[in-house]
Amino acid sequence: MNIQEFLTIFISAVFIYNVILSRFLGLCSFIAISKETKPALAMSSAVLFVITMSSIITWFVYRFMLLPFNLTYLRTISFILVIATFVQLVEMVIRKFSPQLYRAFGIYLPLITVNCAVLGVAVLNIDMFFGNGKAVAGSFYYSIFQGICVGLGYTLAMLLMSGIRERLELCDIPRSLKDFPLAFIIAAILSLSFMGFSGFSR
Amino acid sequence: MKTLIKEFTRGIIKENPTFVLVLGLCPTLAVSVTVANGIGMGIAATFVLLGSSVIVSLIKDLIPDRIRIPCYIVIIATFVTIAEMSMKAYSPVLDRALGIYVPLIVVNCIVLGRAEAFACNNSMSRSFFDGLGMGLGFTLALILISAIREFLGSGQLLGHTLVKGFEPIFVFGMPSGALLVIGLLLGFFNFLKNRKT
Repeated sequence: MNIQEFLTIFISAVFIYNVILSRFLGLCSFIAISKETKPALAMSSAVLFVITMSSIITWFVYRFMLLPFNLTYLRTISFILVIATFVQLVEMVIRKFSPQLYRAFGIYLPLITVNCAVLGVAVLNIDMFFGNGKAVAGSFYYSIFQGICVGLGYTLAMLLMSGIRERLELCDIPRSLKDFPLAFIIAAILSLSFMGFSGFSR
Repeated sequence: MKTLIKEFTRGIIKENPTFVLVLGLCPTLAVSVTVANGIGMGIAATFVLLGSSVIVSLIKDLIPDRIRIPCYIVIIATFVTIAEMSMKAYSPVLDRALGIYVPLIVVNCIVLGRAEAFACNNSMSRSFFDGLGMGLGFTLALILISAIREFLGSGQLLGHTLVKGFEPIFVFGMPSGALLVIGLLLGFFNFLKNRKT
């Protein structure tokens, strides 16, 4: 476990393999909610929180439940259940303790269960930081850190996209390209510019 | 019989999951680099869609309304695990190429969407044909996108060189090429629809 490793995870998760623009995880929410900056930011913070927490939880589930009992083939089914339960729990807690916060991003929480980014990061963590049936040294910290970085990458893409789309409201665009098609074309150009970062990889 | 055929054909053109409903785009864009990957993904998703639609429609009266989504997810995840394991056993090359996008079929909006919108209040035979039609529509969309990307990105189709001396446009093999292709295709289909009305 060293600093260089963390730096590599940060650069590759936020820029080179950006969760939306390069891995295409969480694309549905990205296209649907990026029309204005404010909801986009609320959604991003909810995603950041859930991804980080689910990275921790799924690491424990995999390390102490699935690995010792040779149940690794149950990975998909157990992860999605744990994530869905966790999201439900968070929603209940927020609704009980902070109605204001609930109004701000409560409606986005159920959407996160079916956000591919959350399950995708959990599976990626397992693929990257477990080898030969064992955890790599420091894999717990790497997993949490990768969760945070992917959440930051999501936030970055979401902010860029919503800023651009807010401006487009005032433009006169062809009728056929309105909404979805244009959003994809903008995302393509953003993704192209993120490709420039791939020179930073080792 | 007539309604069954209607359920089947609806998913292919009129309610195509990719181009009309705009659902389940993550795997569509990520794996459509080559036609072979596209077909593999399409078959896996169709299998999961078919299995989960049939099972959900069979036990729809047993599932309590309040916890139906978790129940659907467990059913879907079971079929995904079956698909994942058989792919690992019979086609390791395809499994490596598709990577994490195979387990991610669980969170594909098309599958959960059909369970929630169709299979949970229709009979088994109708759900079967609906699942088959939607799966086929998804597969055809994947083949269309991946054919465009593979041809422009490498000058090949299914690994065979089509045009000699074709200068490949590398960007179509990259993630941004996928977004560009789907954006232009969606715009094109919108254009056709607008012209008709």
